[in-house]
Amino acid sequence: MPRSNAIENWVSSFGGGLIAQLENFGRFWMFCAATVSYIAVDLFSVRGWKRLLPQCYFIGTRSVPVIMLTGTFVGMVLLVQGYDQFDNAGLIFQLGGIVNISVVSELGPVLAGVMLAGRVGGALTAELGTMNVTEQLLALRSMGAAPIRYLATPRFLACLLLAPLLTCYANIMGAFGAWLIFAVVKGTDSSIFWSSTQEMVEYWDLWTGLVKAVLFGGAIGMISCYKGFHCKPGAGGVGQACTQAFVASFITILAIDLFLNMIMNGLYERWYGFRSLI
Amino acid sequence: MDIEKPIIELRRVTKSFGRQRVLDDLDLRIERGKTTVIIGRSGSGKSVLLKHIVGLLRPDRGEVYFEGRRIDTLNEKTLVPIRRQISFVFQLNALFDSLTVGENVGFPMTENTARQVPKAKIRELGRRCLDIVGLAGFESKIPPELSGGEKKRVALARAIAMDPPPKIILYDEPTTGLDPPRADVINKLIRHLQHEVHVTSVVVTHDMKSALEVGDRILMLYNGRFVADGSPQALLESDSPVVKRFIEGIAEPEELATISRHADFDGRR
Repeated sequence: MPRSNAIENWVSSFGGGLIAQLENFGRFWMFCAATVSYIAVDLFSVRGWKRLLPQCYFIGTRSVPVIMLTGTFVGMVLLVQGYDQFDNAGLIFQLGGIVNISVVSELGPVLAGVMLAGRVGGALTAELGTMNVTEQLLALRSMGAAPIRYLATPRFLACLLLAPLLTCYANIMGAFGAWLIFAVVKGTDSSIFWSSTQEMVEYWDLWTGLVKAVLFGGAIGMISCYKGFHCKPGAGGVGQACTQAFVASFITILAIDLFLNMIMNGLYERWYGFRSLI
Repeated sequence: MDIEKPIIELRRVTKSFGRQRVLDDLDLRIERGKTTVIIGRSGSGKSVLLKHIVGLLRPDRGEVYFEGRRIDTLNEKTLVPIRRQISFVFQLNALFDSLTVGENVGFPMTENTARQVPKAKIRELGRRCLDIVGLAGFESKIPPELSGGEKKRVALARAIAMDPPPKIILYDEPTTGLDPPRADVINKLIRHLQHEVHVTSVVVTHDMKSALEVGDRILMLYNGRFVADGSPQALLESDSPVVKRFIEGIAEPEELATISRHADFDGRR
């Protein structure tokens, strides 16, 4: 009897957990649909822009310094890592191109995304979570304003639109950082760096990176707002929601990155054939 | 005719959270123009009841009516015109931290998408409402700069700053966390608003002094049901042990027994 009870309990708790996860998943997509549904109307209304612009300032403008710094370091690190190997193999004339391809198509968007998830995602979840536990979301509803439209849509939209712009900053500074080590620290001729970049980096790489950035930005905005809207009560609940938002955003960035790379590589080969970088 | 109809009616409302039944087959009719007070211990479901009136929570079973119209089955969008006639003063005030006091008070009108209210009118009405609650000149402050009593008064000002004025104001623990003189100010304001704006009020509280001062009718919620319903005087004369204990602030024997047991464990008795 006790054994069958234990099995019963296990099955019941497993089933309960599974149902809760499915409900959560469904709630997330309903939240996404509601958030997206207000975009078109808000983009054509003065009130919509009044809500969007302060978020653009916080999410975009205020993130520029830290994103630029990230980009610079990414470029410098890649150059430092690769310089001796390429020099030894007599391939130094290709290093600028290789590093810049990595920056614009992969590391620029991914690390800008991670930085955005930490800086902006955490702050958004904390802000919305605090509003949730102090009944401000209920207050909005009680006054006839839709909290998702008022709070989530502008934040999501700002993340979606500004992530690619911020990635451009990261890319430019990545190239600059790499050049700094190549030409200034190592004392190699600048023209080699730029000519290989010009030869090897294609618009395809740039666009791949920007498409990734749009998706990363959208994922960060949506996950952070959702976690803030559904956090548990109390300071602990808000803290937990922030951690969950960052972890979920980070994993989603990596997953999107993987699948997008597979898709983009497949498309490139189908349209232009195999590209050899070495 | 219309005056005799209850402005709010709850019919056999039941609400549970998990296994805990918070409201149990509850009936309530709220009269127009009166202040109805619902008392009960913390966690007895008073706030849950209040949230049903404005559609922030839906009953598991039962029906909720506003001016004869059933509202518990309406979706968020169709509830909006109903909610614009009801004001809710939240326990934690729920002022928007990122907005100034003036913007907070004007918020219900600014966000009124049904019709565009001119900015000058919003400002003027906001100023008047802040003046009523004794906070004239506070428009440009932000909520974190205010004391607890001031925040509560801003929340009251926001509740009445509607054009047309709200038909009903719901107060969730309006005096909790305030010192006695500040609580007295809030009680006086609730009374003042009822006389001045002729608004129907529903006050949820566990502060007996406040309940007796503002209430025309007092109900006591206990284990999901009403155990008392009458005038403040009738409540004071009630024979019910549960009501008496609540009014006099005496704990139940089972609770005291738990404390004694713990005292035993600690070896302090």
